[in-house]
Amino acid sequence: MIDLLSLYRTMVRIRAFEDAAEAASQGGVSWGGAATGGGEVRVKGPLHLSTGQEAVAAGVCAHLHPTDLLTSTHRGHGHTLAKGADTTRMMCELFGRAPGTNGGKGGSMHIADFSVGMLGANGVVAAGLPIAVGAAQGLKIRKLDAIAVCFFGDGAINRGPFMEALNWAGVYQLPVLFVCEDNRISATTDSSAMTAGPGASARAAAMGIAAMQVDGTDVQAVSDAAAQLIADIRAGHGPRLLHALTDRHKGHVSVDPATYRKPEDVAAALARDGIARARARLVEQGQGAQAEQIERAAKAEIDAAVATASAAPAPDPSAAFTDIQTIGAGVWA
Amino acid sequence: MSSTVMTYAQAAALALAQTMEKDPTVVALGEDLGRGGVFGQYRGADGAPLAQRFGADRVIDTPISESTIVGAAVGMALAGCTPVVELRVVDFALCAIDEIVNQAAKNRYMFGGQGRVPMVMRMPIGIWSSSAAQHSQSLEAWFAHIPGLVVVAPSTPADNHGLLLAALQSGDPVVYMEHKELWGTQGPVTPGAVVPLGQARVVREGADVTLVSWSRQVQACAQAAEQLAAQGVQAELIDLRTLWPWDKETVLASVARTGRLLVVHEAVQVAGFGAEIAATVAEHTAARVARLGAPRIPVGYAPGLEAESRIGADKIAAAVLRLIER
Repeated sequence: MIDLLSLYRTMVRIRAFEDAAEAASQGGVSWGGAATGGGEVRVKGPLHLSTGQEAVAAGVCAHLHPTDLLTSTHRGHGHTLAKGADTTRMMCELFGRAPGTNGGKGGSMHIADFSVGMLGANGVVAAGLPIAVGAAQGLKIRKLDAIAVCFFGDGAINRGPFMEALNWAGVYQLPVLFVCEDNRISATTDSSAMTAGPGASARAAAMGIAAMQVDGTDVQAVSDAAAQLIADIRAGHGPRLLHALTDRHKGHVSVDPATYRKPEDVAAALARDGIARARARLVEQGQGAQAEQIERAAKAEIDAAVATASAAPAPDPSAAFTDIQTIGAGVWA
Repeated sequence: MSSTVMTYAQAAALALAQTMEKDPTVVALGEDLGRGGVFGQYRGADGAPLAQRFGADRVIDTPISESTIVGAAVGMALAGCTPVVELRVVDFALCAIDEIVNQAAKNRYMFGGQGRVPMVMRMPIGIWSSSAAQHSQSLEAWFAHIPGLVVVAPSTPADNHGLLLAALQSGDPVVYMEHKELWGTQGPVTPGAVVPLGQARVVREGADVTLVSWSRQVQACAQAAEQLAAQGVQAELIDLRTLWPWDKETVLASVARTGRLLVVHEAVQVAGFGAEIAATVAEHTAARVARLGAPRIPVGYAPGLEAESRIGADKIAAAVLRLIER
């Protein structure tokens, strides 16, 4: 069993990262693309925050090794951090700076750190699922002792690649964990109005893939479920799905005020915040001092990341022409 | 090594088998591959499906799930494999357009060069056997437009062998477009002879006009060149072989001698790849340029309707004469 303090540390680091990224994006691109004006905008593009969903990333990734492969969504900072990426290089990427994980070519929506097995956030909903099943198949073909994990949202289950990828994983009995982060909102629309049937775990069950549904704001519950599912996968029992009910505290994209949400729903979500509940449990267990130490360290870490990213150089414009392809790279206008 | 006569389909199968023999990370996946592919292009010289030789884990029969066929291949590539993806016909590749354009082609760039996506996506093109509007298209221009992709369209058995070997070695995502009407074409193939990507082949030399084409239309252009020679017009014929990157040097050098260019392709002429070549030549030379492609109509079923989309030797020769008289 993973120690709650360790899970708490990951959650607090993600929250600190998201809060800092949000602050740095103020005045940036709003939902719909209109500039909101004012101040220096250091994170310029669309920023999809995972604030409120930290327990899922922390609880699942606690059971992964650097050799395990991960695909993520447009809301992927938490997964990237939890998989082991360096927060300074992540922040540099959001700031569009040369030392960023992607050299400034991807930004928030494409954040990735292949060195820790994080194969990328993705700007296309459900696009990570086929890539993850292929990664799992590649690991199997190469007889490597590792698994693939794929995070996706509840909106993704209504795209064809979700059904294709689950079927595919079942057919070839691949070592892959599907993790549905069900925050019950597809971009800005209530998912229940757009989804027939009971959702991700039921669809997995229909294809013979064992699934578990958990309270995705309870990090210990997520961790315990992930431990069991991942142990099954590593034992060669084929794919599994974890359906985590969670809460998105923010809008779809950073400057989306989310006026379409009922105030009582938002209040309920904030009241069951996974970080606050994990902290209360730690205090009950007499670990309040350790929790405070974790919070201070996270703040210091992210403050330093912001300072480094603010001072980091932009990529040289010539980088626009590199890393495209080996044969016939973009030489002709 | 000496050459052997084989079909266009067998030539590709030999290239794949040779590469799979050497490299255990090379795999093939697609619908009906276990049986040897719908066109028999995954069968060895003995006629046996390659799956029998390499196993079902390396020649993988897949569900009819084009998005995941290509998406999974991207994942396999990131996990250290070199997948060959079979999409049956280019028309079906459109079911996987996100995976081709947004995932395979963009991966290397948008993740800052952290990964590579070596893969070959075979998507047969062209009019074939009254197959109508959804099984007959030539969509090479769609893919040549996308940064990150290499686009190949072989016209002979030797090229279908040598270009596939090169594509498998390239390390890039390659859109590999075989022509369905060429599967049975026979020709000499030297096993293991790689044809470099991006190098055109001068099929025939001539001083009066440069014909640039690829895939099956190279045959029609060769026939047209014969007809024109009988009328005293010497056409130089260039088989482009690779559409991205295309061999600009060879084309420009030829046009510098002939002063006239006609690009011929089976694809719809409007916004076809011929426009790119014609415009490039016009930008770099004072040559007279023209294009000849299909009218902007879907391919019809009835033979008389289908024929309206075909570009035969007569149409090509007439276009050359118009260009000369212009």
